[in-house]
Amino acid sequence: MGFENFGTVSFTAAAKAADFMTHLEAGKVMTTRCRNCGASYFPPKADCPACLSSDVDWFEIKGQGKLNTYTIVNYGPTGFENDAPYILALGEFEGGIQVLARLSRDIKPDDIKVGMSLALSPVKLPDNRVAYEFNKV
Amino acid sequence: MAEVAIVGVGQSVFSRDCGVSIRELSFEAFKEAMEGLDITTGDIDASIICSAPEYDKQRSPAGLISEYLELTPKPSFYVETVCSSSSTGLRIAWSLVKAGLHKVVAVIGFQKMSELSSRDAAERMGRGADIIWESPFGLTMPAGYAMYARAHMAKYGTTEEHLAKVRVKNSHYGAANPKATYRKELGLEDILNSEVITSPLKKFDCCANADGASCIIVARGDVAKGITQVPVWIIGLGAATDTMTMAGRKSLTGLECAKEAGKQAYKMAGLKPQDIDVAEVHDCFTVSEILAYEDLGFAKPGEGVGLIEDKQTYADGKIPVNVDGGLLSKGHPIGATGGSQVRTIVRQLRRQATEAQVKGAEVGLVHNIGGIGQYGNVTILRR
Ligand SMILES: CC(C)(COP(=O)(O)OP(=O)(O)OC[C@H]1O[C@@H](n2cnc3c(N)ncnc32)[C@H](O)[C@@H]1OP(=O)(O)O)[C@@H](O)C(=O)NCCC(=O)NCCS
Ligand SMILES: [Zn+2]
Repeated sequence: MGFENFGTVSFTAAAKAADFMTHLEAGKVMTTRCRNCGASYFPPKADCPACLSSDVDWFEIKGQGKLNTYTIVNYGPTGFENDAPYILALGEFEGGIQVLARLSRDIKPDDIKVGMSLALSPVKLPDNRVAYEFNKV
Repeated sequence: MAEVAIVGVGQSVFSRDCGVSIRELSFEAFKEAMEGLDITTGDIDASIICSAPEYDKQRSPAGLISEYLELTPKPSFYVETVCSSSSTGLRIAWSLVKAGLHKVVAVIGFQKMSELSSRDAAERMGRGADIIWESPFGLTMPAGYAMYARAHMAKYGTTEEHLAKVRVKNSHYGAANPKATYRKELGLEDILNSEVITSPLKKFDCCANADGASCIIVARGDVAKGITQVPVWIIGLGAATDTMTMAGRKSLTGLECAKEAGKQAYKMAGLKPQDIDVAEVHDCFTVSEILAYEDLGFAKPGEGVGLIEDKQTYADGKIPVNVDGGLLSKGHPIGATGGSQVRTIVRQLRRQATEAQVKGAEVGLVHNIGGIGQYGNVTILRR
């Protein structure tokens, strides 16, 4: 399994980092840390440019995050036009890991505030697709 | 070592739909750049063709354009950094001349965006983000800049009205630019009432997709003086990158690539922000111009809105910015944009600007950004 079912529209499938998808299907949003030098990455990297090792471990992005910024997208590009409006956001989690994802549709636009607390969790989309999203805590 | 000058600049009319081919569009820009120069096409030693390939039907356009302009058999190649492609082309032209490989180099940028609908163009630009990790969420260029705008508002109290004032200024100057796509003056209410594209950005906070071409002719200092009476000298160059992903960004209230490129260019020129007499900055969105004021040191972080509030970036202000209408009025034909910005500054320094001439301009700056701040080029020119 690669990235073919990731997000609303995926553009490529095969990647060494596709273990990410196995973890996501199992309910966890995970990223990589190099076993050799300890450098951690998000988005995940199957290789470590710092020490040139390709021996990486997966760890879960956990805990409470905060909303750094967001935008309500009304103008969806081709492939996303029926999805709009949707809310894109950047959230920051433990260890300063910043993630781009959508805000859950359960959050009302009036309730969104930069700095608010967020949780990050896997989400099932129509047509057997999967992604992760931000939820209110 | 030899100095490097710009001897000629040109651009086509920018429009929503040019109705001609990319070779003909490029000819329009090339012709204007060559007008009045004491050289012919045969004196051009190499050409650098700049565009973003996702809009082109033509594959490998460098070969096509060099044949049409009769630049063969001289070397020609293609350069891409999305929206900053042609200022990257200028940087490479400088180094080719400086290294002694060539005496005269043409930098030609073009884009025919009318090949695609705006929604398709937005999808292609969305793939100018990380296609595994971010494009699948529906990230677009306006959405990326909108997130910078929201973060700037949250940190500094910037408002939608502040942003709209940038468009009011740029539409004022764009109205006088015969090469601009939009030549209508817009009022604050027009902008604030336009439809929301991606909050807080509305339609008139956004540049429009356009067709257009630009051309810059670069020459070695000693030959430059024989080609034109008014060479304009390239005295500062800076270039930098930031992460492809939004997730990787350390700052959301300024573009790190622009700050770094600016620092390099000021250092090379031996100048400070207050030495700049006129600037062209990459106002792909209204917020982008505010970020540029701060990233280039025209204002302190968070104080950029003060410049537009006090009209200090109008032609008679402390630091005139985008007094040709900017991308917001001219339209943004991706590969042609940097060359168009350079053209405006060269014309300002030659005292040939027709939209609004900044009095006594000696030193000008061009800030050209690729993507959502993935690539940044800052160039400083002196007459
Ligand atoms: C904002 C945007 C979505 C508008 O969509 P669009 O489909 O192109 O615009 P429309 O066809 O709906 O526009 C209808 C009319 O509105 C006006 N209009 C649209 N955009 C305008 C603009 N930026 N300024 C002034 N008028 C504009 C025009 O009158 C246009 O009519 P025309 O086609 O006869 O000129 C589109 O311009 C866009 O995506 N811009 C951003 C491009 C971008 O991201 N570039 C890279 C930046 S880094
Ligand atoms: Zn390592």
